[in-house]
Amino acid sequence: MPALPPIRPEDERCAAKDGPHGAFDPRGEPEGPALFGYLLRLGDDSLILGQRLGEWCGHAPSVEVDLSLANMALDLIGQATHFLNRAGEVEGKGRDGDRLAFHRDVLDYRNCWLVEQPNGDFAQTMARQLFFSTWQKLLCARLVSSAEPTIAGVAEKAVKEVTYHQELAAQWVIRLGDGTEESRRRIEDGLAWNWRFVPELFEMDDLASFMAERGIGVDLAAMRPDYDAQIAAVLAEATLEPPADQRPILGGRRGHHSEHLGHLLAAMQFLPRTYPDAVW
Amino acid sequence: MKADLIDEAGPIWQVLEGVCDPEIPVVSIVELGIVRSVDPERVVLTPTYTGCPATQVIERDVRAALDAAGYRHVRIETILSPAWTSDWITPVGREKLRAYGIAPPGRRAVACPQCGSTSTEEISRFGSTPCKALWRCRDCAEPFDLFKCH
Repeated sequence: MPALPPIRPEDERCAAKDGPHGAFDPRGEPEGPALFGYLLRLGDDSLILGQRLGEWCGHAPSVEVDLSLANMALDLIGQATHFLNRAGEVEGKGRDGDRLAFHRDVLDYRNCWLVEQPNGDFAQTMARQLFFSTWQKLLCARLVSSAEPTIAGVAEKAVKEVTYHQELAAQWVIRLGDGTEESRRRIEDGLAWNWRFVPELFEMDDLASFMAERGIGVDLAAMRPDYDAQIAAVLAEATLEPPADQRPILGGRRGHHSEHLGHLLAAMQFLPRTYPDAVW
Repeated sequence: MKADLIDEAGPIWQVLEGVCDPEIPVVSIVELGIVRSVDPERVVLTPTYTGCPATQVIERDVRAALDAAGYRHVRIETILSPAWTSDWITPVGREKLRAYGIAPPGRRAVACPQCGSTSTEEISRFGSTPCKALWRCRDCAEPFDLFKCH
Protein backbone atom coordinates (compact mmCIF):
# COMPACT_ATOMS: atom_id res chain seq x y z
CA MET A 1 0.00 0.00 0.00
CA PRO A 2 1.54 3.33 -0.99
CA ALA A 3 2.41 5.76 1.78
CA LEU A 4 0.15 8.76 2.16
CA PRO A 5 1.72 11.99 0.93
CA PRO A 6 3.13 14.17 3.72
CA ILE A 7 1.07 17.04 5.12
CA ARG A 8 2.66 20.30 4.06
CA PRO A 9 2.47 23.70 5.76
CA GLU A 10 0.25 25.12 3.01
CA ASP A 11 -2.18 22.17 3.42
CA GLU A 12 -2.51 22.95 7.10
CA ARG A 13 -3.09 26.62 6.37
CA CYS A 14 -5.85 25.76 3.92
CA ALA A 15 -7.48 23.32 6.33
CA ALA A 16 -7.41 25.54 9.39
CA LYS A 17 -7.47 29.16 8.34
CA ASP A 18 -8.03 30.37 11.86
CA GLY A 19 -5.78 27.81 13.53
CA PRO A 20 -2.45 28.36 15.22
CA HIS A 21 0.50 29.27 13.05
CA GLY A 22 2.80 26.80 14.73
CA ALA A 23 4.32 26.52 18.15
CA PHE A 24 7.09 28.90 19.04
CA ASP A 25 10.14 27.78 20.94
CA PRO A 26 10.79 30.47 23.52
CA ARG A 27 14.22 29.12 24.46
CA GLY A 28 16.00 31.18 21.83
CA GLU A 29 14.07 34.36 22.67
CA PRO A 30 14.62 35.61 26.20
CA GLU A 31 13.00 38.90 25.30
CA GLY A 32 9.82 37.16 24.07
CA PRO A 33 7.16 39.25 25.85
CA ALA A 34 8.93 42.50 25.02
CA LEU A 35 9.35 41.50 21.38
CA PHE A 36 5.67 40.54 21.27
CA GLY A 37 4.75 44.00 22.57
CA TYR A 38 7.06 45.70 20.11
CA LEU A 39 5.61 43.77 17.16
CA LEU A 40 2.11 44.76 18.31
CA ARG A 41 3.11 48.43 18.21
CA LEU A 42 4.40 48.11 14.66
CA GLY A 43 1.52 45.94 13.48
CA ASP A 44 -1.25 47.91 15.19
CA ASP A 45 -0.05 51.24 13.74
CA SER A 46 -0.26 49.81 10.24
CA LEU A 47 -3.51 47.92 10.82
CA ILE A 48 -5.45 50.81 12.32
CA LEU A 49 -4.32 53.37 9.75
CA GLY A 50 -5.06 50.84 7.00
CA GLN A 51 -8.60 50.44 8.35
CA ARG A 52 -9.04 54.22 8.60
CA LEU A 53 -7.91 54.76 5.00
CA GLY A 54 -10.19 51.93 3.90
CA GLU A 55 -13.14 53.95 5.22
CA TRP A 56 -12.55 56.35 2.32
CA CYS A 57 -13.20 53.62 -0.25
CA GLY A 58 -16.04 54.86 -2.46
CA HIS A 59 -16.14 58.26 -0.72
CA ALA A 60 -12.98 60.02 -1.90
CA PRO A 61 -13.17 63.34 -3.81
CA SER A 62 -12.17 61.68 -7.11
CA VAL A 63 -11.66 58.16 -8.42
CA GLU A 64 -7.88 58.68 -8.54
CA VAL A 65 -7.81 59.67 -4.88
CA ASP A 66 -10.06 56.72 -4.06
CA LEU A 67 -7.50 54.41 -5.71
CA SER A 68 -4.61 56.06 -3.87
CA LEU A 69 -6.16 55.74 -0.44
CA ALA A 70 -7.26 52.13 -0.99
CA ASN A 71 -3.81 51.18 -2.26
CA MET A 72 -2.09 52.79 0.70
CA ALA A 73 -4.49 50.92 2.99
CA LEU A 74 -3.53 47.70 1.24
CA ASP A 75 0.20 48.33 1.78
CA LEU A 76 -0.40 49.07 5.47
CA ILE A 77 -2.58 46.00 6.03
CA GLY A 78 0.08 43.92 4.29
CA GLN A 79 2.67 45.20 6.77
CA ALA A 80 0.29 44.54 9.65
CA THR A 81 -0.26 40.95 8.50
CA HIS A 82 3.47 40.22 8.62
CA PHE A 83 4.06 41.98 11.94
CA LEU A 84 1.04 40.44 13.69
CA ASN A 85 1.67 36.93 12.38
CA ARG A 86 5.20 37.20 13.75
CA ALA A 87 3.83 38.59 17.03
CA GLY A 88 1.61 35.52 17.32
CA GLU A 89 4.59 33.21 16.76
CA VAL A 90 6.64 35.04 19.37
CA GLU A 91 3.79 34.91 21.86
CA GLY A 92 3.47 31.16 21.32
CA LYS A 93 -0.16 30.86 22.39
CA GLY A 94 -1.48 29.80 19.03
CA ARG A 95 -2.79 33.21 17.95
CA ASP A 96 -2.13 34.29 14.37
CA GLY A 97 -2.38 37.74 12.78
CA ASP A 98 -6.12 37.46 12.13
CA ARG A 99 -6.78 36.36 15.69
CA LEU A 100 -4.77 39.32 17.04
CA ALA A 101 -6.48 41.76 14.70
CA PHE A 102 -10.07 40.65 15.23
CA HIS A 103 -10.19 39.31 18.79
CA ARG A 104 -8.43 41.94 20.89
CA ASP A 105 -10.15 44.79 22.69
CA VAL A 106 -9.23 48.46 22.82
CA LEU A 107 -7.04 48.14 25.91
CA ASP A 108 -4.89 45.47 24.21
CA TYR A 109 -4.15 47.62 21.17
CA ARG A 110 -0.70 49.25 21.09
CA ASN A 111 -1.01 51.70 18.21
CA CYS A 112 -0.28 55.40 18.54
CA TRP A 113 -3.09 57.94 18.89
CA LEU A 114 -2.38 59.53 15.51
CA VAL A 115 -3.50 56.56 13.40
CA GLU A 116 -6.84 56.08 15.19
CA GLN A 117 -7.92 59.70 14.70
CA PRO A 118 -11.04 60.12 12.58
CA ASN A 119 -10.62 60.85 8.89
CA GLY A 120 -12.40 64.21 9.17
CA ASP A 121 -12.40 65.85 5.76
CA PHE A 122 -9.88 65.00 3.04
CA ALA A 123 -7.44 67.64 4.28
CA GLN A 124 -7.46 66.23 7.80
CA THR A 125 -6.77 62.75 6.38
CA MET A 126 -3.85 64.07 4.31
CA ALA A 127 -2.40 65.95 7.29
CA ARG A 128 -2.48 62.73 9.33
CA GLN A 129 -0.90 60.85 6.43
CA LEU A 130 1.94 63.35 6.08
CA PHE A 131 2.70 63.19 9.80
CA PHE A 132 2.56 59.39 9.92
CA SER A 133 4.24 58.46 6.62
CA THR A 134 7.14 60.87 7.18
CA TRP A 135 7.72 59.15 10.53
CA GLN A 136 7.19 55.63 9.18
CA LYS A 137 9.64 56.23 6.34
CA LEU A 138 12.37 57.30 8.78
CA LEU A 139 11.49 54.34 11.02
CA CYS A 140 11.56 51.71 8.26
CA ALA A 141 14.85 53.05 6.88
CA ARG A 142 16.36 52.25 10.31
CA LEU A 143 14.49 49.00 10.96
CA VAL A 144 16.05 47.55 7.80
CA SER A 145 19.05 46.67 9.99
CA SER A 146 16.92 45.29 12.87
CA ALA A 147 18.29 42.16 14.54
CA GLU A 148 14.82 40.60 14.19
CA PRO A 149 14.68 39.13 10.65
CA THR A 150 10.93 39.57 10.11
CA ILE A 151 11.04 43.22 11.16
CA ALA A 152 14.06 43.83 8.91
CA GLY A 153 12.42 42.03 5.99
CA VAL A 154 9.11 43.91 6.25
CA ALA A 155 10.94 47.22 6.69
CA GLU A 156 13.03 46.59 3.59
CA LYS A 157 9.89 46.19 1.49
CA ALA A 158 7.85 48.80 3.32
CA VAL A 159 10.38 51.60 3.01
CA LYS A 160 9.79 51.75 -0.74
CA GLU A 161 6.01 51.74 -0.36
CA VAL A 162 5.97 54.26 2.45
CA THR A 163 8.17 56.63 0.46
CA TYR A 164 5.36 56.67 -2.08
CA HIS A 165 2.78 57.37 0.67
CA GLN A 166 4.86 60.25 2.00
CA GLU A 167 5.28 61.79 -1.44
CA LEU A 168 1.56 61.55 -2.14
CA ALA A 169 0.63 63.13 1.20
CA ALA A 170 3.22 65.88 0.76
CA GLN A 171 1.90 66.71 -2.72
CA TRP A 172 -1.64 67.03 -1.41
CA VAL A 173 -0.65 69.13 1.59
CA ILE A 174 1.24 71.45 -0.76
CA ARG A 175 -1.66 71.61 -3.22
CA LEU A 176 -4.22 72.30 -0.49
CA GLY A 177 -2.05 74.79 1.40
CA ASP A 178 -1.08 76.70 -1.72
CA GLY A 179 -4.57 76.39 -3.22
CA THR A 180 -7.78 78.28 -2.55
CA GLU A 181 -8.78 80.10 0.59
CA GLU A 182 -11.10 77.22 1.45
CA SER A 183 -8.52 74.44 0.86
CA ARG A 184 -5.97 76.40 2.87
CA ARG A 185 -8.34 76.78 5.82
CA ARG A 186 -9.10 73.07 5.76
CA ILE A 187 -5.48 71.89 5.67
CA GLU A 188 -4.57 74.34 8.45
CA ASP A 189 -7.36 72.84 10.56
CA GLY A 190 -6.27 69.30 9.66
CA LEU A 191 -2.66 69.94 10.61
CA ALA A 192 -3.70 71.58 13.88
CA TRP A 193 -6.01 68.66 14.75
CA ASN A 194 -3.31 66.02 14.26
CA TRP A 195 -0.26 67.90 15.54
CA ARG A 196 -0.74 67.09 19.24
CA PHE A 197 -0.43 63.35 18.44
CA VAL A 198 3.00 63.69 16.81
CA PRO A 199 5.21 63.76 19.95
CA GLU A 200 3.97 60.28 20.91
CA LEU A 201 5.65 58.90 17.79
CA PHE A 202 9.07 59.72 19.28
CA GLU A 203 8.39 58.55 22.82
CA MET A 204 11.13 56.28 24.19
CA ASP A 205 9.49 54.36 27.02
CA ASP A 206 11.00 51.29 28.72
CA LEU A 207 9.94 48.87 26.01
CA ALA A 208 11.18 51.05 23.15
CA SER A 209 14.52 51.54 24.92
CA PHE A 210 14.84 47.81 25.67
CA MET A 211 14.28 46.95 22.02
CA ALA A 212 16.65 49.67 20.79
CA GLU A 213 19.42 48.46 23.12
CA ARG A 214 19.12 44.97 21.65
CA GLY A 215 19.32 46.23 18.09
CA ILE A 216 15.74 45.13 17.36
CA GLY A 217 14.13 48.55 17.63
CA VAL A 218 15.49 52.02 16.99
CA ASP A 219 16.13 55.22 18.91
CA LEU A 220 12.96 57.08 17.99
CA ALA A 221 13.97 60.29 19.72
CA ALA A 222 17.03 60.51 17.49
CA MET A 223 14.76 60.65 14.42
CA ARG A 224 13.09 63.88 15.53
CA PRO A 225 15.49 66.41 13.95
CA ASP A 226 15.20 64.73 10.53
CA TYR A 227 11.45 64.54 10.95
CA ASP A 228 11.06 68.19 11.88
CA ALA A 229 13.22 69.25 8.93
CA GLN A 230 11.19 67.18 6.45
CA ILE A 231 7.84 68.42 7.75
CA ALA A 232 9.11 72.02 7.74
CA ALA A 233 10.22 71.67 4.10
CA VAL A 234 6.76 70.47 3.00
CA LEU A 235 4.94 73.17 4.99
CA ALA A 236 7.24 75.85 3.56
CA GLU A 237 6.42 74.74 0.02
CA ALA A 238 2.74 74.70 0.96
CA THR A 239 3.14 78.31 2.22
CA LEU A 240 1.84 77.12 5.60
CA GLU A 241 3.01 77.95 9.10
CA PRO A 242 3.90 75.02 11.38
CA PRO A 243 1.01 74.37 13.81
CA ALA A 244 1.30 75.91 17.25
CA ASP A 245 2.69 73.55 19.88
CA GLN A 246 0.05 71.86 21.97
CA ARG A 247 0.23 69.65 25.00
CA PRO A 248 1.30 66.23 23.68
CA ILE A 249 -0.98 63.25 24.26
CA LEU A 250 0.65 59.93 25.12
CA GLY A 251 -0.52 56.50 26.16
CA GLY A 252 -1.46 54.52 23.05
CA ARG A 253 1.63 52.32 23.41
CA ARG A 254 0.33 51.20 26.82
CA GLY A 255 -3.27 50.68 25.79
CA HIS A 256 -4.78 54.10 26.63
CA HIS A 257 -6.69 55.26 23.58
CA SER A 258 -9.07 57.94 22.40
CA GLU A 259 -12.76 57.10 22.18
CA HIS A 260 -12.38 56.76 18.41
CA LEU A 261 -10.56 53.41 18.50
CA GLY A 262 -13.47 51.52 20.03
CA HIS A 263 -15.79 52.64 17.24
CA LEU A 264 -13.22 51.66 14.63
CA LEU A 265 -12.79 48.20 16.17
CA ALA A 266 -16.55 47.71 16.41
CA ALA A 267 -16.81 48.10 12.63
CA MET A 268 -13.62 46.17 11.85
CA GLN A 269 -14.23 43.24 14.20
CA PHE A 270 -17.98 42.82 13.83
CA LEU A 271 -18.01 39.95 11.38
CA PRO A 272 -15.34 37.63 12.87
CA ARG A 273 -16.75 38.18 16.35
CA THR A 274 -20.37 37.62 15.37
CA TYR A 275 -19.60 34.67 13.11
CA PRO A 276 -16.46 33.12 14.66
CA ASP A 277 -16.48 30.23 12.19
CA ALA A 278 -16.59 32.45 9.11
CA VAL A 279 -13.71 31.94 6.67
CA TRP A 280 -12.88 33.54 3.33
CA MET B 1 26.25 16.66 -7.60
CA LYS B 2 25.68 20.25 -8.58
CA ALA B 3 24.86 19.20 -12.13
CA ASP B 4 22.28 16.76 -10.72
CA LEU B 5 20.63 19.54 -8.77
CA ILE B 6 20.39 21.73 -11.84
CA ASP B 7 18.97 18.80 -13.84
CA GLU B 8 16.30 18.25 -11.22
CA ALA B 9 15.43 21.92 -10.84
CA GLY B 10 15.17 22.52 -14.59
CA PRO B 11 11.78 20.84 -15.07
CA ILE B 12 10.42 22.67 -11.99
CA TRP B 13 11.44 26.00 -13.54
CA GLN B 14 9.51 24.92 -16.64
CA VAL B 15 6.41 24.25 -14.53
CA LEU B 16 6.72 27.70 -12.93
CA GLU B 17 7.08 29.35 -16.33
CA GLY B 18 3.54 28.14 -16.98
CA VAL B 19 2.14 29.96 -13.92
CA CYS B 20 0.86 33.42 -14.83
CA ASP B 21 0.38 36.47 -12.69
CA PRO B 22 -3.36 36.54 -11.85
CA GLU B 23 -3.64 40.30 -12.47
CA ILE B 24 -1.47 40.39 -15.60
CA PRO B 25 -2.10 37.04 -17.27
CA VAL B 26 0.36 37.61 -20.12
CA VAL B 27 3.49 37.36 -17.96
CA SER B 28 4.66 34.37 -15.96
CA ILE B 29 5.80 34.61 -12.39
CA VAL B 30 9.32 33.74 -13.58
CA GLU B 31 9.29 36.70 -15.98
CA LEU B 32 8.06 38.95 -13.16
CA GLY B 33 11.09 37.94 -11.12
CA ILE B 34 9.20 36.75 -8.05
CA VAL B 35 10.64 33.20 -8.15
CA ARG B 36 13.84 33.65 -6.16
CA SER B 37 15.23 30.13 -6.26
CA VAL B 38 14.30 26.58 -7.15
CA ASP B 39 15.85 23.32 -6.00
CA PRO B 40 14.50 19.77 -5.93
CA GLU B 41 13.12 20.38 -2.43
CA ARG B 42 11.57 23.82 -2.55
CA VAL B 43 10.45 26.83 -4.52
CA VAL B 44 11.16 30.23 -2.96
CA LEU B 45 8.83 33.11 -3.83
CA THR B 46 8.88 36.80 -2.85
CA PRO B 47 5.88 39.16 -2.96
CA THR B 48 5.98 42.23 -5.19
CA TYR B 49 4.21 44.46 -2.65
CA THR B 50 3.72 43.74 1.05
CA GLY B 51 -0.05 43.84 0.75
CA CYS B 52 -0.45 42.48 -2.78
CA PRO B 53 -3.59 40.29 -2.68
CA ALA B 54 -2.27 38.33 -5.67
CA THR B 55 0.45 36.82 -3.46
CA GLN B 56 -1.92 34.26 -1.98
CA VAL B 57 -3.44 33.43 -5.36
CA ILE B 58 0.05 32.96 -6.81
CA GLU B 59 1.04 30.59 -4.02
CA ARG B 60 -2.13 28.58 -4.60
CA ASP B 61 -1.55 28.49 -8.38
CA VAL B 62 2.07 27.39 -7.91
CA ARG B 63 0.93 24.64 -5.57
CA ALA B 64 -1.65 23.43 -8.09
CA ALA B 65 0.86 23.52 -10.95
CA LEU B 66 3.50 21.63 -8.97
CA ASP B 67 0.99 19.02 -7.83
CA ALA B 68 -0.32 18.54 -11.35
CA ALA B 69 3.23 18.01 -12.63
CA GLY B 70 3.99 15.42 -9.96
CA TYR B 71 6.00 17.65 -7.60
CA ARG B 72 3.85 17.23 -4.52
CA HIS B 73 6.93 16.96 -2.32
CA VAL B 74 8.33 20.34 -3.39
CA ARG B 75 7.71 22.93 -0.65
CA ILE B 76 6.80 26.55 -1.22
CA GLU B 77 8.55 29.17 0.89
CA THR B 78 8.08 32.92 0.94
CA ILE B 79 10.89 35.32 1.75
CA LEU B 80 10.71 39.10 2.18
CA SER B 81 14.39 39.90 1.93
CA PRO B 82 15.99 40.85 -0.40
CA ALA B 83 12.94 42.89 -1.34
CA TRP B 84 11.55 42.43 -4.84
CA THR B 85 12.36 45.19 -7.28
CA SER B 86 10.89 45.89 -10.71
CA ASP B 87 14.49 45.57 -12.01
CA TRP B 88 13.98 41.79 -11.72
CA ILE B 89 11.35 41.73 -14.47
CA THR B 90 13.05 40.00 -17.39
CA PRO B 91 13.49 41.67 -20.83
CA VAL B 92 10.95 39.21 -22.27
CA GLY B 93 8.54 40.08 -19.44
CA ARG B 94 8.94 43.80 -20.18
CA GLU B 95 8.18 43.31 -23.84
CA LYS B 96 5.08 41.24 -23.00
CA LEU B 97 3.87 43.97 -20.64
CA ARG B 98 4.28 46.60 -23.34
CA ALA B 99 2.48 44.47 -25.95
CA TYR B 100 -0.35 43.99 -23.42
CA GLY B 101 -0.73 47.78 -23.05
CA ILE B 102 1.17 48.26 -19.78
CA ALA B 103 4.24 50.51 -19.94
CA PRO B 104 7.14 48.58 -18.40
CA PRO B 105 9.02 50.15 -15.47
CA GLY B 106 12.13 52.12 -16.29
CA ARG B 107 14.28 55.00 -15.18
CA ARG B 108 13.87 56.84 -18.49
CA ALA B 109 10.93 58.71 -20.03
CA VAL B 110 7.66 56.77 -19.99
CA ALA B 111 6.68 55.71 -23.52
CA CYS B 112 3.02 55.21 -24.46
CA PRO B 113 2.51 51.47 -25.09
CA GLN B 114 0.02 52.29 -27.85
CA CYS B 115 1.88 54.81 -30.03
CA GLY B 116 5.36 54.93 -28.51
CA SER B 117 5.29 58.69 -27.82
CA THR B 118 7.22 59.83 -24.78
CA SER B 119 4.98 62.88 -24.38
CA THR B 120 3.10 61.33 -21.45
CA GLU B 121 1.83 62.42 -18.06
CA GLU B 122 0.77 60.87 -14.77
CA ILE B 123 -2.96 60.93 -13.96
CA SER B 124 -2.84 59.01 -10.71
CA ARG B 125 0.05 57.74 -8.63
CA PHE B 126 -1.92 54.56 -7.95
CA GLY B 127 -3.74 52.42 -10.49
CA SER B 128 -5.86 49.29 -10.59
CA THR B 129 -3.31 47.26 -8.58
CA PRO B 130 -0.58 48.22 -6.09
CA CYS B 131 2.14 47.74 -8.73
CA LYS B 132 0.66 50.11 -11.33
CA ALA B 133 0.13 53.85 -11.81
CA LEU B 134 -2.30 55.49 -14.23
CA TRP B 135 -0.81 57.56 -17.07
CA ARG B 136 -2.02 59.29 -20.22
CA CYS B 137 -0.46 59.90 -23.62
CA ARG B 138 -0.55 63.53 -24.77
CA ASP B 139 -0.23 62.53 -28.44
CA CYS B 140 -2.73 59.70 -28.92
CA ALA B 141 -4.73 60.71 -25.80
CA GLU B 142 -5.02 57.08 -24.63
CA PRO B 143 -4.81 56.40 -20.91
CA PHE B 144 -2.56 53.49 -19.93
CA ASP B 145 -1.15 51.62 -16.96
CA LEU B 146 2.49 52.07 -15.99
CA PHE B 147 4.16 49.28 -14.06
CA LYS B 148 5.72 51.34 -11.28
CA CYS B 149 9.45 51.46 -10.80
CA HIS B 150 9.77 49.89 -7.40
